[in-house]
Amino acid sequence: MTIRSILIANRGEIAVRIIRAAQALGIRTVQVHSAADRDMLAVRLADQSVEIGPPSAAKSYLNIEAVLKAARETGVDAVHPGYGFLSENAAFAKAVEDAGLIFIGPKPEAISLLGDKVEARKVAKRAGVPTVPGSDGRIDDLATACAIVEGIGFPVMIKAAAGGGGRGIRIAETMADFERHFPQASAEALAAFGDGGLYVEKVITKARHVEVQILGDGTDAVHCYERECSLQRRRQKVWEEAPSFRLPENVRQELCASAVALAREVNYRGAGTVEYLYDEVSGEFYFIEVNTRIQVEHPVTEMITGIDLVQEMIKVAGGAKLSVRQEDIRVTGHAIECRINAEDPARGFLPGPGTIETLGVPTGEGVRFDTMLYEGYTVPPFYDSLLGKLIVWGETRDACIARLADALDNLEIRGLATTIPLHQALAADPSVASGDVHTRFLEPWLETDFPAFVASKEVA
Amino acid sequence: MSKLEIRSPLPGTFYRKPSPDAAPYKADGDSVAVGDVIGLIEVMKTFHEVHADAAGKITFVADDQEPIMAGQPVAEVEA
Repeated sequence: MTIRSILIANRGEIAVRIIRAAQALGIRTVQVHSAADRDMLAVRLADQSVEIGPPSAAKSYLNIEAVLKAARETGVDAVHPGYGFLSENAAFAKAVEDAGLIFIGPKPEAISLLGDKVEARKVAKRAGVPTVPGSDGRIDDLATACAIVEGIGFPVMIKAAAGGGGRGIRIAETMADFERHFPQASAEALAAFGDGGLYVEKVITKARHVEVQILGDGTDAVHCYERECSLQRRRQKVWEEAPSFRLPENVRQELCASAVALAREVNYRGAGTVEYLYDEVSGEFYFIEVNTRIQVEHPVTEMITGIDLVQEMIKVAGGAKLSVRQEDIRVTGHAIECRINAEDPARGFLPGPGTIETLGVPTGEGVRFDTMLYEGYTVPPFYDSLLGKLIVWGETRDACIARLADALDNLEIRGLATTIPLHQALAADPSVASGDVHTRFLEPWLETDFPAFVASKEVA
Repeated sequence: MSKLEIRSPLPGTFYRKPSPDAAPYKADGDSVAVGDVIGLIEVMKTFHEVHADAAGKITFVADDQEPIMAGQPVAEVEA
């Protein structure tokens, strides 16, 4: 069935992005919003809007019943969940289907299967996708643990089976280390979590975060090549690129093929991302997880492939076959995305809402700015700090960075502090230029190189 | 006897408890000292403590889990 109307169950820049994709396909749009979001750009752009609750996300954007009520009352055919909020909630996807509507994303079964870390790892193994070497579940005695560690190599991480959030983790560099730490870690885990069970996993030092964009129609699946998102702060991506330019061609082929194999294993429908850690030293890559939704950084893939991922996910949700064959998908040039957040890099990234007094957006070939901002708009404090994404394309990576530096200088957002100065510093950094980065590069850099860059600019 | 107001330093959502299952930091009528944590403000998914800047008997005027503006009174303290 062709989708004629869509309800957007999200807010901010991604709601704007979805509305524009729907409009390009001639689809009617209904935007839901909280009481704090009456003035947001997506509400202004949509054909119709419905207020579904108070500012608190738990009572509005995360309220399944309120979203469904709006969908029923406005008579839409389909619901697009965007990213975050209910986008990876299998119960929501099922509730949408049970209401006789189309959920623009994978089937609920695929969401719940891939959303469970242990189950997803099993799916990956079945599809022949390499996973981080480890004990595959809990181990209770030292002898078994030593035998496993012998096989995977050092350094290894000893984790409490009942732990989480970084607690109960120890790292062993040698077997002697391991034999000493293991019993201690077990005793500690028992004391902290009431469960002494442990598991072990190889530590990938200096890993790059590389991820593959997949598209499926429930039968067939393709990949749209990879992105690299190694520049992260507190596990949040800050700067994303496509392609991962230092990846050897044979590794790229294997990586992308493994993501397609995984997608086929679950008859994937819609847009998704398979995330990996890539160890540049050994040339090995390891599966981390699958995100069963459109991602924040999807535009860099669109810029190098020319495929509109949001339109494509709407079309396949409506029952269409994929509009592209694998052999038609080619990479041209290089793209970089900078996340512009309402955070002050000079004050420890303190987030701060505010009213946009001036908005100056750079234009020109290869420059795109996905945003929900307009002059006079007041950014509310209740949701995340993403204001927009500056995406720049160039024929080569060097040309892309040069164009990005210009675009950043011409992006003017007055009225609140933003992360633009951080991106200006990154665009001028020699390690970023050479691509000599990994997932733990940015945090120490923020302590040393970033203040130095800011100081040098102030002198100049 | 004087009444002083503790105002929110940031706009966001005000919480009286450190986590949904925990007890409130302070109950109405409790005595507070300068620097005591009396609540949290969630702004853009980050949490910031609200400290008492006066000592005395506290009475909350802002509601738990409700939006708050910067400068809006959170509580009153009777010295």
